[in-house]
Amino acid sequence: MRPEILKSILVLGLTLYAVRMLPLVLLHREIKNRWFRSFLYYVPYVTLTVMTFPAILSATNSVISAAAGFGAAVLLAYRGRSLFQVAIGGCVVVGLVELLPFV
Amino acid sequence: MNNKRWFFKGMRDGIPISTGYFAVSLTLGIAAGKAGISAWEATVMSFAMHASAGQFAAMELMAAGAGYLEMVLTEIVVNLRYVLMSCALSQKIRRDIPYAHRFFVAYDVTDEIFGISVSVEGKLNPFYTYGAMAVASPGWVGGTLLGALLGNIMPDRLLSAMNLALYGMFIAIVVPPARKNKVLAGLVLASLMAGGFFTWLPVLRGLSSGFRIMILTLALAGGAAFLFPIEEEKEEETCET
Repeated sequence: MRPEILKSILVLGLTLYAVRMLPLVLLHREIKNRWFRSFLYYVPYVTLTVMTFPAILSATNSVISAAAGFGAAVLLAYRGRSLFQVAIGGCVVVGLVELLPFV
Repeated sequence: MNNKRWFFKGMRDGIPISTGYFAVSLTLGIAAGKAGISAWEATVMSFAMHASAGQFAAMELMAAGAGYLEMVLTEIVVNLRYVLMSCALSQKIRRDIPYAHRFFVAYDVTDEIFGISVSVEGKLNPFYTYGAMAVASPGWVGGTLLGALLGNIMPDRLLSAMNLALYGMFIAIVVPPARKNKVLAGLVLASLMAGGFFTWLPVLRGLSSGFRIMILTLALAGGAAFLFPIEEEKEEETCET
């Protein structure tokens, strides 16, 4: 392991830790502002949706298998299946669809 | 539920995260070799950073011989969304536990760990997050090492299918509450459309994915908070998963 690279990694690791740690530590009091509370409540839904779509369509070897996995995961989640079942169900559908000759 | 049960629940929910991490970090390990980063260097990097886009960017910068300032600034910009996530978590963590837990939770605030931590029922017991980290982090770090050492041996079809795990998890977090709450359903649909626009339309698609996520989160969650501010009781009710 080269010391120069290791030093860079250390600097970057600390940078990322600071980005994650500072808000957690500084905002330890309960926020009373209604808009900000509502904003933080809505954050995960927007963030997770934007991270999922459309990136999910190019996550696998073909758009068809990705779309099938996407659809399967949405259906399973809509029916209230557990996190694990939804995630693995999507993977299994991708695997099966990619066995089809035209995919 | 006591700390131990929360920890085990976190471990169980960490399994799909670990699977997805493994698939993504294998490709990260393979990319490290191409950028002239050794297998062990890439592994230490995964342990220190836990950031997919951030690590891809870091390897490019290192390969290009960039200076510290440039590397640090780029990483802050690429990973700014974690500021929003940590803000949300800061309000979600239980207040009756030692303050020091916040420093440990911060170690592994990733998209996925954040996603499951912020959506537990009621307040967050940090042991749930620790359980998820204990399973997910080895997937990330181990996948990087394996990818760098023997990435090209893994069957392509298996990798392809495993890549869906992370997204399936996000879907499992977002869909059930959106089904019960019309405002959330509308917000999710708006996010879907905005995500598509920002990825495919000219000019907008020039934004990096980290920036896209941050801008859309600020705009859409900010707008929703303005139009549909939540009531205290309603917040508790819809936080259930």
